Amino acid sequence: MTEQRHPLGGLLARDPRTVAAGVEVLADALADQAVPVERVDWRPPPPGTEHALAAVLGDPGHADANARAVQRMVSSRPHLVDVRPAREVLGLDKATFLHAGPPLEWERASGPMRGALIGAMLLEGLAETPLGAEHALERGAAALEPCHHHATVGPMAGVVSPSMWMLVVEDAEHGGTAYCSLNEGLGKVLRYGAYGPEVIDRLVWMGEVLGPALQAAVRRHGPLDLMSVIAQALQMGDELHNRNRAATSLLLRELAPGLLAAEDVPRDRAAEALRFAAGNDHFFLNAGMAAAKACADAARNVPGSSLVVAMARNGTDFGIQVSGTGDRWFTGPAGVPDGLYLGDYGPDDANPDIGDSAITETAGMGGFALAAAPAIVRFVGGEVPDAIAATQRMYEITLAEHPALQIPLLSFRGTPVGVDVTRVVRTGILPVIDTGIAGREAGTGQVGAGLVEPPPGIFTDALHALAETA
Amino acid sequence: MSDWVEVRRGSYHDSVTLMRISRSLSERPDVAAAMVAMGTGLNREMLERMGFAVPPDARPDDLVVAVRADGKALDEARGALDGLLREASRPAAAVAPGAMAPPRTTASAAARADATVALLSVPGPHVFPEAMDALDAGLNVMIFSDNVPLAQEILLKEAAARRGLIVMGPDCGTAVIGGAGLGFANAVRPGPVGIVAASGTGAQQLMCLLDEAGVGVGHVLGVGGRDLSPEVSGRSALAALAALDADPGTELIVLVSKPPAPRVADLIREAARRLDTPVVFALPAAGEDDLTAAAEKTLKALRRPVPEWPRWKAIARDALGWDLAARGAGAGGGHRFTDFGDDAYTRGRAHPMIDPALRLEAVRAEADDAGCGVLLLDVVLGHGAEPDPAASLAPVIADAVRARPDLGVVVSLCGTPADPQDRDRQAAALCGAGADVFASNAQAARHALSMIEGAPAEGTTT
Repeated sequence: MTEQRHPLGGLLARDPRTVAAGVEVLADALADQAVPVERVDWRPPPPGTEHALAAVLGDPGHADANARAVQRMVSSRPHLVDVRPAREVLGLDKATFLHAGPPLEWERASGPMRGALIGAMLLEGLAETPLGAEHALERGAAALEPCHHHATVGPMAGVVSPSMWMLVVEDAEHGGTAYCSLNEGLGKVLRYGAYGPEVIDRLVWMGEVLGPALQAAVRRHGPLDLMSVIAQALQMGDELHNRNRAATSLLLRELAPGLLAAEDVPRDRAAEALRFAAGNDHFFLNAGMAAAKACADAARNVPGSSLVVAMARNGTDFGIQVSGTGDRWFTGPAGVPDGLYLGDYGPDDANPDIGDSAITETAGMGGFALAAAPAIVRFVGGEVPDAIAATQRMYEITLAEHPALQIPLLSFRGTPVGVDVTRVVRTGILPVIDTGIAGREAGTGQVGAGLVEPPPGIFTDALHALAETA
Repeated sequence: MSDWVEVRRGSYHDSVTLMRISRSLSERPDVAAAMVAMGTGLNREMLERMGFAVPPDARPDDLVVAVRADGKALDEARGALDGLLREASRPAAAVAPGAMAPPRTTASAAARADATVALLSVPGPHVFPEAMDALDAGLNVMIFSDNVPLAQEILLKEAAARRGLIVMGPDCGTAVIGGAGLGFANAVRPGPVGIVAASGTGAQQLMCLLDEAGVGVGHVLGVGGRDLSPEVSGRSALAALAALDADPGTELIVLVSKPPAPRVADLIREAARRLDTPVVFALPAAGEDDLTAAAEKTLKALRRPVPEWPRWKAIARDALGWDLAARGAGAGGGHRFTDFGDDAYTRGRAHPMIDPALRLEAVRAEADDAGCGVLLLDVVLGHGAEPDPAASLAPVIADAVRARPDLGVVVSLCGTPADPQDRDRQAAALCGAGADVFASNAQAARHALSMIEGAPAEGTTT
């Protein structure tokens, strides 16, 4: 009936309000007539993408596919339900290691990735010495597979070996499960490629004490709503990638009572576990990553959708996966982050970008929520307005605003969520990713932190692949 | 080279600030190494690795300063550090969180504005994504751009139909929605006529003549020059007819187009017959009504009197004369007609209604050609057109008739007194330069013909 009375969306029934893209003089003519006009700052996409853009955007199901995919992403309800060893939950056999990013062979692995794999060999007792581990890995003694192929994510090198304990996160809405290892803290840690005795000792302790203690705490607590923690932390100054201080505190507040009440965890071990977690501002990062992975996986495999469902780096390549193209990776060389360095380290010491932690940006946190984290805006090389601008720029390439994750400084606008390959190609705006910077040499550890962008070519590659399926 | 290590109690700064300060210090000339950090275990370890001797009593909440440099550089670094720490504590310049960068896509712009229509004039090969954005956001689309692939035009029009919207264009120069002009449009009084236009300047001529007769135009829905082709099959024209039929303010519809494909013409006539609102067809072709006749037919249908169409007479000049033998060679002699709005002339440059340079050059060339007897030009006013066409054209005409007293110049002036350029002021300027000026393009063309009636040849430029 409304349709009958007001055809063309009411075009002839109302005073016109316009959007204008292109010739400036035509927009000026509208403004001269006092017609409201929202001007597009339009710029041409890269040459050679016109046909692929038209093919993808001209697919009659495209808009619906994207709407459905991003709706699945933002309606996911990830809950922390358990903590268990990787060998049990992932079925990893003794000589299979997972790593961050797209698929990688030892020959192409960077320093920190090699360091972390060496550490995993030592931890699993597959080698006596670092040199022995290196030789064994050269000979192919361990099978390497991306975390993402096992519903898993890992920060930095992201190496997961069978004896490591994993956070188990279930999506109460769509039924998926995602996993992430436990955070080791800062400094000399495996995920930054360090494998010294203190690193291995800590990992052993995490398996013997921290893992079981957390398991007891989580099981007593029952499913722990991670989106609720994330949403609160975002309003307390975290962006959930480079700042996890509030989220860590909130998580401990949830888990501590259960941990203290667990009769099977000796008091001294409970205290050790709590002290360790409380001393690490990034303790929540891995839980946030598993939550983001659950959200992103819920949006996978929607035919025709150009939504990015994974952004991940292995220290050599930067890779993305897209909802409409299944498990295919689109990869390009990982860049070196632009950031601040610890001590006398500098860009020459930095390894190219590494880690699955860009899953947080994939799900609308991290760099996309920079405006929520004024405490760390100087990583953007600037002040609060730069952080706001970074978040606002991301609305240009995303499909939705997150209904649960709100930014106080933007009048509680939802974070930009759901990177659309076509918009990245059209605007040339790349996702902004917060990241730690690993040392180039195996064994160095962290050398800094900053921001990084994916290589633009992987988005045009994904676009062309989507065009073939359209 | 010497080390300076100092522990400052109770001086807290966040690690990012301190990393930036450390970097500033170490980038100073003659500074070998510098680190300013809180005395945490990790930082102490780092300082020791760099070879600094950290006092054992430094606590995690103490600020540790360590610089390695030559004596003089060390003193300067000390001074610089205080400045850097002060600067870090200084409040930042006021921020305006509301200030947003402009939208980069039509989708983004549509999300910010409660809009009803998108006006797109980006280069034709890039229009499709912007147009789909608009349709997906529930906006109607006017595509001013030309050089849009035909297949994309059809896809867009099908997508619009599924959403109950209209795509005006591609290559749609003119639309009026509720009195507001989009693209090239004249300032006309509001009124009962609705126009469906596959020809933008055709619609402008009609609306100007109707305005002159005191009859207003409510809406002009452009459909693009290819809409009535067999391939596109009038998809937008049919949507426009239906929308105007449903509009309570529209009492009469005029459909203006270059002659359509016969099959499509039948389709449109059939659709028009089923409407409640009467439709007048203005499809100028040999043996059919010209636009002035169509305007007169429209007035009669509305039972309104037909006025004398305005004409501004040039002052009497010498009799016409031209030398056919001298007719410019390359053009093959005879009449010449050039449409400077054709795609071939607008690839990579603005429409002649915005940028007249090409046509002014052609007017000069024709006037120089002794074989040219009459110059016939159209000048179109209104929103979007250049702000004062007579300012550049009148001097060129004046020069031409001064050099060639035998040259006739006839101008069809399409505009209204309310246009930003003021039709009557433009007419006076062109007339003063020596042109015969007509508000009716049909009368202008007939006048040009009559000037050379029975004559062997003439040049025309439009």
